[in-house]
Amino acid sequence: MDVADIAKEIKRDDLLQMYHYLRLTRALEERVTALYRQGRIVGGVYTSHGMEAIAVGYASALERDDVIAPYHRDMGAFLIRGFTTGEILAQYLGRRTGPTKGKDGNVHMGDLRRGVFGFVSHLADNLPVATGAALAFKIRGESRVVFTGTGDGGSSRGDFHEAMNFAAVRKLPVVFFCNNNQYAYSTPLRLQMAIPNVVDRAKAYGMPGEIVDGNDVAAVYLAAKRAIAIAREGEGPTFLEFKTMRMHGHSEHDPAKYVPRELLEDWKQKDPILKAERLLGELGYGEESYFQRVAEQVKSEVEAGVEFAEQSPLPEGPEMLEGVFADGADSY
Amino acid sequence: MVTTAQATEEVSYLEAISQALDEEMARDERVFLMGEDIGTYGGAFKITEGFLQKYGEWRVLDTPLAESGFVGAAIGAAMMGLRPVVEMQFADFISCAFDQITEVAAKNHYRWGAAVPMVIRAPFGGGVHGGPFHSECPEGWFFHSPGLKLVAPSTPYDAKGLLKAAIRDPNPVIYFEHKFLYRRIKSALPKEDFIVPLGKADVKRVGNDISLITYGAMVHLALEAAQALTKEGIDLEVVDLRTLIPLDKETIYSSVRKTSKVILLHEDNKTGGIGAEIAALLAEDCFDCLDGPIVRVAPPDTPVPFSPPLEEFFLPKASDIVSAARKLAAY
Repeated sequence: MDVADIAKEIKRDDLLQMYHYLRLTRALEERVTALYRQGRIVGGVYTSHGMEAIAVGYASALERDDVIAPYHRDMGAFLIRGFTTGEILAQYLGRRTGPTKGKDGNVHMGDLRRGVFGFVSHLADNLPVATGAALAFKIRGESRVVFTGTGDGGSSRGDFHEAMNFAAVRKLPVVFFCNNNQYAYSTPLRLQMAIPNVVDRAKAYGMPGEIVDGNDVAAVYLAAKRAIAIAREGEGPTFLEFKTMRMHGHSEHDPAKYVPRELLEDWKQKDPILKAERLLGELGYGEESYFQRVAEQVKSEVEAGVEFAEQSPLPEGPEMLEGVFADGADSY
Repeated sequence: MVTTAQATEEVSYLEAISQALDEEMARDERVFLMGEDIGTYGGAFKITEGFLQKYGEWRVLDTPLAESGFVGAAIGAAMMGLRPVVEMQFADFISCAFDQITEVAAKNHYRWGAAVPMVIRAPFGGGVHGGPFHSECPEGWFFHSPGLKLVAPSTPYDAKGLLKAAIRDPNPVIYFEHKFLYRRIKSALPKEDFIVPLGKADVKRVGNDISLITYGAMVHLALEAAQALTKEGIDLEVVDLRTLIPLDKETIYSSVRKTSKVILLHEDNKTGGIGAEIAALLAEDCFDCLDGPIVRVAPPDTPVPFSPPLEEFFLPKASDIVSAARKLAAY
């Protein structure tokens, strides 16, 4: 897509906003990684480093009333949905002020008021759940849409197929994506599937599919917009395969020696932030000094979050007993 | 059991379930049904016969053959404010949805505060020559998963009242309905709306000598054995748990404190069953009032076999209860 078309299709402010969230995601996750290396964060640290454009692009394309059921490398979606850096860092640090109050860690957070379903480690588990939310919208005749996805590894799970099939049969307003980052932990694509593209699976469900450059935030945004429009019009689900590369290990403990270095070098040139800056430059929306300003701005947003999280109290212990069951005869 | 003078004509256990679904769907437009063959066909056991015509295809959804997929969908719909009731064609197939139930539905509220008000109906149990894949009692798997409520009614009254309570509960509830009872037992039910609250056991027969604690179809076997034992002067108290989670410890303990002797009876395999947990609870909390060993009557640790003589050998019999009671009475 050439620059002139992008200028026509995406508003300047929207693009600048997406750039802001790309930088914020990168800065936040780099800070989380540093805290992990210092031993201040325990547990897993799964980042979207080098893949930030996917969550930033699709979450920017949704309306406020829409719902997302993210996967574990979708930090930008949490930020766009209004999770603050403080809340996210409190979650990583197991604090009482985190969205799960310490009950769960890192990216395993959700909030129904913000239309975000909590991520479940069993990859693809949230796809049927997202399909059910779309079913609720269809039953009630609402024009809301659900956006959900998983990785290349998750696309091997039965739940991935059961959800896509059910959504297609009932023409539900849901968009499925795959973050195809070439590796599921250490398992490369060639040991995951015998097809060249994950999108090939969509055909089996009678669902339209599209391959998208996952490192190009404008391309992700526009593809998401198209799929969302189809869903909102009652035309059913679409499948989007975002091609990208996992630039770090599965979690930060993993040096990912199984990934060829030249592959990483190659993908480094396609970094989503570099791509976005190139685009903004070509459009005349921003140049180096602007990029620097954004970098400083997000840095202070992240530092404020660190301060908030570190000053937040840890849970004391006994409150772990609370919340197994919802109270009341009728909570809705 | 019927508590009102305005009782209707007798309805079967199956009809009671059907009535509960129909009345809740009429009462609350958020309630909808999903499952395999529940629409046009009316369900493998015909519990939802006529529902499709009455409520339409968006409240009575025939799903693809994909238990994990439609249980997951129910979870999502529940979080968005609907009240799904999904049907497992047979409780045995619930294993296909195990992950969605135990990892998503059960942990959701604990993890991030999102309630999952849904019901999974699971026709369970043997005695119908269904073989290893159509006879199972899978409640033990879920008994060990915090966040789920488990219900197993034994009478039409309890079946109707507990299903209504389950649908109105803000948590995921697995409703184990016993296939053997569907058309075998009948009773008159009140005309007006009623519920049986979750978490309350019911003493189905008051007795003084031995507490027999059970649930589901085994309640009727227990009552049959109790009748036989009266001739020998042994007075059995039959406690019907009705709800397995939350477990009504108060009713269990007060019965055992009265009789000082216990038989735990269930149709699920013996090892790691509900009886094992109740035995442990009694050993911890009622040790001082026991006058004899805690006795379990339950099937051996095998799958449920198909051929009638094999299945008969597998299932607990009234005579098993009678001999267990005789041994205990000697203490």
